[in-house]
Amino acid sequence: MPFSDEALARLEADAAEIIGRYPRPRSALLPLLHLVQAEEGFVSTDGIRFCAGRLGLTETEVTGVASFYTMYRRRPGGEYNVGVCTNTLCAVMGGDQLLAELSEYLGVEEEQTTEDGKITLEHVECNAACDYAPVVMVNWEFFDNMTPDSARRLADDLRAGNNVVPSRGPRRLCTFREASRILAGFPDGQAGDGPAAGEASLLGLRIAHERGWKAPEPPAEPVGSGQQDGAR
Amino acid sequence: MTDTLTPVLTAQWDQPDAFTLAGYRRAGGYQGLPKALSMGPDAVIAAVKESGLRGRGGAGFPTGMKWSFIPQGDGKPHYLTVNADESEPGTCKDVPLMMANPHALIEGAIITSFAIRAGHAFIYVRGEVLHVIRRLQAAVAEAYEAGYLGTDILGSGYGLELVVHAGAGAYICGEETALLTSLEGYRGLPRNRPPFPAVEGLYASPTVINNTETIASVPSIIANGAQWFSGLGTEKSKGYGIFSLSGHVANPGQFEAPLGITLRELLDLAGGVRAGHRLKFWTPGGSSTPILTDAHLDVPLDFEGVAGARSMLGTRALQIFDETTCAVRAALRWTEFYQHESCGKCTPCREGTYWMVRVLERLEHGEGSEDDLEKLLDICDNIVGRAFCALGDGAAAPVQSTIQFFRDEFLQHQKEGGCPFDPAASTLWANGAR
Ligand SMILES: Cc1cc2nc3c(=O)[nH]c(=O)nc-3n(C[C@H](O)[C@H](O)[C@H](O)COP(=O)(O)O)c2cc1C
Ligand code: SF4
Ligand code: FES
Repeated sequence: MPFSDEALARLEADAAEIIGRYPRPRSALLPLLHLVQAEEGFVSTDGIRFCAGRLGLTETEVTGVASFYTMYRRRPGGEYNVGVCTNTLCAVMGGDQLLAELSEYLGVEEEQTTEDGKITLEHVECNAACDYAPVVMVNWEFFDNMTPDSARRLADDLRAGNNVVPSRGPRRLCTFREASRILAGFPDGQAGDGPAAGEASLLGLRIAHERGWKAPEPPAEPVGSGQQDGAR
Repeated sequence: MTDTLTPVLTAQWDQPDAFTLAGYRRAGGYQGLPKALSMGPDAVIAAVKESGLRGRGGAGFPTGMKWSFIPQGDGKPHYLTVNADESEPGTCKDVPLMMANPHALIEGAIITSFAIRAGHAFIYVRGEVLHVIRRLQAAVAEAYEAGYLGTDILGSGYGLELVVHAGAGAYICGEETALLTSLEGYRGLPRNRPPFPAVEGLYASPTVINNTETIASVPSIIANGAQWFSGLGTEKSKGYGIFSLSGHVANPGQFEAPLGITLRELLDLAGGVRAGHRLKFWTPGGSSTPILTDAHLDVPLDFEGVAGARSMLGTRALQIFDETTCAVRAALRWTEFYQHESCGKCTPCREGTYWMVRVLERLEHGEGSEDDLEKLLDICDNIVGRAFCALGDGAAAPVQSTIQFFRDEFLQHQKEGGCPFDPAASTLWANGAR
């Protein structure tokens, strides 16, 4: 369904802002694809046409780019993208079992969406949270140290519309479309929520505090900073 | 004597507002920047050279030297691109760093851009870490507000625009030339080198690409002096780095220590391998670095030490696997990852990873033979050194090294007609509550 006039006007204003960030317009293509995904929940042919039009590209060129990246959905999906990490470390720590059990519990295969339109289930690759394995990502927020039971509860809450709070993230979980808008470069004001760091991230620091370990003090008059040649 | 752990980048992570400008300033942040501006670009490059800082993204290239390759007075715009794509399996340091301390990265990016005379910088962050992206966006906005970004930074006459650019899911975009292609709005395919990015990078202009942790280390070098930094670490691997322990350890987590610490020391701090189990194999620096075993507990974790053990320091991503883990399963899963992430541009990697998955599947299911091991090693030989980018070499590493250390285990699968391991025994909930 083509965009309404109202949606189009809004998208055009956002697109102009995105394009303005870059020295060359084409660099705006990835954020523009996130933007149209935020509008429709996936990258539709209308979305492709919109991006092509803004950047003076052909639809084939834009499709070629969109299909290269795994975060762009080619068809409509759930309000929540539930991604179970099954790269080796998480898989071994239980990710494989989590994915299998969730699939059975929700009655969907990978990359399918529950009938209520709430959850699209998939596996994800290492999400840079291995010290919290096994990890589940919901709309790209961290759910750390998951177990079969906590994963099931998470799925129940998402389907019931209860608010769930990520382990290291905002107090309110975004929908898939809201998340895509942040990726396009439009913040939602929730950056201050959540801890600075999770417990595993703090482990070494806590031990250093206990034992009085510190980085060396800098010299009073730092040496070795090279010759001064004055600011430009 | 230097302490075992030396928190610098991680030192303030336990402060609830560590990620804000106020929190970073309270901890002494943004003191390197005015100093750098008064030193001038060439002196900043000289200081980073003198510090001995080497890239923290895997390859360990000397950072100051990389910056000095940027041509001067060429009349072209220069660019800085921060590689925040962190996707190498096992690697989990840049993401908590940006979540808790984004201003260290931003201050480093400003100093670096000033040094290489860039007017535009980009943080290319993987898209799959939403809260990290929020924190970066908010921190960049604060830095503009405070006059650390934009025109005439701190009255120096120097100006810089910094853009947070979210990727869209593709491991290959962490490879530096693929990252540039992606940032230009194309499919993320690697490019030929030479020309190197320092000469023809983003938009065919001189470009520096550095890892997040590399750039975040720069303010400490400028603020505290090159010799403060080079006083840490080992002879050729200077400074501190974040070491990430994951998997079958009692307490997984992040440890910031001088380069050269050993896994034995780190495991000791992490409470050892989980109770009742023993170390079987580990990666020193992500899945693209050959695995090591309990024979390597005392290898100094610096660039030379790990190379001496025929692996690589990589990203200090120490994934620990105990004796419940099937080595064939691990190799297969990593290979499936490389097959999926291979961009398909060159034949050895595209075809090689495909066939390795087929053969490893056969072996894992007990349907392989000893000949299959030779076949795998043969495929690896055809990839290593022949692939267009380093993803190919990385794909060969887990296969070659698992066969090297666990040949018998592959054959045991064949004898028993299937995998002899119980995957349930490896899980987080193996001993109780699910
Ligand atoms: C397949 C592949 C993926 C990579 N992924 C990353 C990454 O996510 N982050 C990173 O900093 N470097 C990554 N690298 C290394 C970069 O190509 C490059 O060497 C690095 O960003 C340079 O920065 P440094 O000198 O500060 O380490 C990757 C390399 C390859 C071959
Ligand atoms: S080695 Fe693999 S990822 Fe790299 S260019 Fe070749 S096919 Fe692409
Ligand atoms: S393997 Fe799952 S987050 Fe790294």
